[in-house]
Amino acid sequence: MDFSLFFPPDYSCHDSTFVKLKPTDLKDPEYFHKVVDCQYACPAHTPVPEYIRMIALERYDDAYMINWESNVFPGVLGRTCDRPCEPACRRGRIEEKPVAICRLKRVAADLKGDITSRIPRGPFPSNGKKIALIGGGPASLTVARDLAPLGYEIHLFDEQKSGGGFMRSQIPAFRLPEEVLNEEVNYILDMGVHKHFNTYVSSLKEILKQDYDAVFIGTGAPRGKDLPKLDGRWDAKDHVHIGIDWLASVAFEHREKIGKKVIVVGGGNTAMDCCRTARRLGGTDVKVVVRSPFEDMKASAWEIEDAQREDIPILSCHNPKAFVTENGVLKGMMFSRVEAVYDDQGKRKLVPLDEPDVFIEADDVLMAIGQDNAFPWIEKDLGIAFGEWDMPVVNKTTFQSTLPKVFFGGDAAFGPENVITAVAHGHQAAVSIELFCQQMDVHDRPNPLTNLFSQKMGIHEWSYDNAIVDDHRYNVPHANKELSLQNRKLEVELGFDMPTGFKEAQRCLNCDVQTVFQESRCIECDACVDICPTSCITFTTNGDEEDLRHRLTMPALNTTQDLYVSDVLPTMRVMVKDEDVCLHCGLCAERCPTSAWDMQKFLYNVSKASHVCPSAVV
Amino acid sequence: MSYKRPSFRHPGAAINEIGFHQKDYEGALSTLCAGCGHDSISAAIIQACFELAIPPHRIAKISGIGCSSKTPTYFLANSHGFNSVHGRMPSVATGAVMANRDLTYIGVSGDGDSASIGMGQFAHVVRRNLNMVYIVMNNGCYGLTKGQDSATADVGSVGKAGVPTMFSSIDLAGLALELGADFVARSFSGDKDQLIPLIKAGISHNGFALIDVLSPCVTFNNTKTSTKSYSYVRDHMGSTSIADFVPEKSEITATVAPGESKMIEMHDGSIIELTSLAEGWDPGNRLSAINAIHNANLKGEVLTGLLYIDAKQPSVHQLLNTTLKPLNSLNQDELMPGVELLERINAEFR
Repeated sequence: MDFSLFFPPDYSCHDSTFVKLKPTDLKDPEYFHKVVDCQYACPAHTPVPEYIRMIALERYDDAYMINWESNVFPGVLGRTCDRPCEPACRRGRIEEKPVAICRLKRVAADLKGDITSRIPRGPFPSNGKKIALIGGGPASLTVARDLAPLGYEIHLFDEQKSGGGFMRSQIPAFRLPEEVLNEEVNYILDMGVHKHFNTYVSSLKEILKQDYDAVFIGTGAPRGKDLPKLDGRWDAKDHVHIGIDWLASVAFEHREKIGKKVIVVGGGNTAMDCCRTARRLGGTDVKVVVRSPFEDMKASAWEIEDAQREDIPILSCHNPKAFVTENGVLKGMMFSRVEAVYDDQGKRKLVPLDEPDVFIEADDVLMAIGQDNAFPWIEKDLGIAFGEWDMPVVNKTTFQSTLPKVFFGGDAAFGPENVITAVAHGHQAAVSIELFCQQMDVHDRPNPLTNLFSQKMGIHEWSYDNAIVDDHRYNVPHANKELSLQNRKLEVELGFDMPTGFKEAQRCLNCDVQTVFQESRCIECDACVDICPTSCITFTTNGDEEDLRHRLTMPALNTTQDLYVSDVLPTMRVMVKDEDVCLHCGLCAERCPTSAWDMQKFLYNVSKASHVCPSAVV
Repeated sequence: MSYKRPSFRHPGAAINEIGFHQKDYEGALSTLCAGCGHDSISAAIIQACFELAIPPHRIAKISGIGCSSKTPTYFLANSHGFNSVHGRMPSVATGAVMANRDLTYIGVSGDGDSASIGMGQFAHVVRRNLNMVYIVMNNGCYGLTKGQDSATADVGSVGKAGVPTMFSSIDLAGLALELGADFVARSFSGDKDQLIPLIKAGISHNGFALIDVLSPCVTFNNTKTSTKSYSYVRDHMGSTSIADFVPEKSEITATVAPGESKMIEMHDGSIIELTSLAEGWDPGNRLSAINAIHNANLKGEVLTGLLYIDAKQPSVHQLLNTTLKPLNSLNQDELMPGVELLERINAEFR
């Protein structure tokens, strides 16, 4: 009898015309960078898991310095960041809530010791270059921090009496205490920056006439939007305020009171800051009125929660119709009701409802309906091209304008964003200024600094804490409500204490500790497939991505997450790992008999100005 | 070293017909050597029981001694278990099966536990057609005592100790066929696509089902010169057919050209669908199975897949006409039916 041996399809070669995924290129620094979701989502690409590990080790100074090098304002951002990292956090795809990354940053800032010895301190040997920074906000300060140690003579101009820009004028003190801001602003100013405060730059031409080698413009988006054509807008104009201007006047103590009944128009974070500040300045009946539906509000969910906790109702789908005044006294506002209708593309339209208009009483109205850029001080004949919406034409990588020696960053470059984006811009603009001043090509950017190294300590031991805790996200304690409503400078959020900070830090999955697969060592025993808690690993025949994604042990339906594909193995299969919900627990590597899997820590640091000519750095 | 598996699972993980996740069929984190084939077999048992939607508390797992017999700790933590005496798993299983015919019995043993110390027990449990799945995790060595050759090691095979095996080997599948087993299969820990349907079919089989699973010992017997290594088995593995298990409730949708496939109806109404049948092999012909095994062995090949099945034979319960109810649920009336019945029975013998 002849028994022809049959080999099942898994062990056979597929048709060679079949499209196959190429093995993942681990030399591309962006592959593993993308796996570290939080860091990848952060505009400044702060190495989040690395500093969270430092917090768990109670190395707060180190945690702070990792942050400081990357995002310049850890104490500020640990309280006020828009947190693009948190929605990206892998933990949020495994269980309900992501790691409280932002509040852990604050833990590092709160619990650190004296780190002044680790901050670069001048005087730095001069490199003979002189630059002007217009605007004293986070973008300009970042440029100053990156360039001062390189020997630049830096001149910082701001119309206010102190540095910080919108961090000082827009973020109320109950969210960001002045000492925290001053500390981090001063780390930079103390590097020998020439301060020109209380100086409004009214002409760029005048600046350019001076002997600056480069000029950086970080003037933000300083013009709050108005409703100038709304009925009655100008009849009681003393009680109708632009939100950001009003917040600034409170911050600089030009204003200490507001009426009892206050309407805040708008649904962004500025509206939340306005209403909460109004509650502290005498507003007892403060309402937020917004055109959009509640779920479409632009404000961060946690800021909305904080406002609601202070008894501030939010009325959605109310469109401002008129200011109502009597004999020059503001009485309130009239709103028409609208409904949100979405078309096939999901585009929203607000359609008026056939309902009577709503009158809401008010002694004061704060308008927080957006901000615009404004450059009245930039002459049009300087060679700086302006494009759509009167915005300067700025290169998205180099932040250079059409006048080579002028650079933009922060909200001034592409419109209102946030502090962390401004910092990211500042770093890149500083790189460009350094390249420009060294007569190098600004488009020839230095590579990010990356490092990948094994965490193996023994047969099944890792130098990172690979156990996965089940804890749910911890809440940050708040100050007593009655007390905080009486004092606009009393910080509401108290931050994690040391034990809670540790427990929250333990929730981090260490996504920077990468699962690195070496196909030449693999004996295809399936141990990794069997042990993987989240079924990320599959050995199968290659195919095109769409096909492969559906053939895995668990279909890889989150296409924003890459597949890690190995080269072909002896059985003609490939290893495919879906990065989506990998816990980075290291069990695949622990159960691997041949160390084909290894856990390797990936560090990724965005290139900074000091990397342009490393030998020049003192 | 991790001593606990993280509790998170893939958020898209399915639930089975009775509302359980696969996680509910798992056990403790394995302490076997990394890469042990036994862990893959454990994973296959977990998946098979999950997919068959057997309530975990209606399963009993029984084992002897050895690396293989440790594995019941690593699967089905919510099931009954009995880690028994070396080579005596069949006796304990016999007692359990007699006491309660309603449970699903999974016996786990190794080549040492079954082919050496438990050889006699093995032979008799096959003869009696005890209602259980008997899984042999066969690695050709005594892994727990540092890898001495076992009775299933092939002549000439050289493990880590470096000395070729001198004595001829016992083929447990061939032996079971000789002893009259009605369900005999062989598989490989590294081929779950084959192993899982076979375990499901074995569980569904009414009577004794032997699955001899080659399961490389990664520490002592995964050398290039061993016939029970990952690479040797992969390179020399052939199969009688591709078996697919179709539970009774599902509709058969696969279309296979006639002549290339065979459908075997099981006692409980489920179906084993065999495709790509090897030439000259008939799943219902004991002689063709014995021949197939001998031919493969002569060529140094490893014949896997379903080797023989006869789903119509009576199991031990039918043979002994045992009570339908578990013994612990029999009440006094059933155990002591009274004088009248005794009189009637006695009358039959007069």
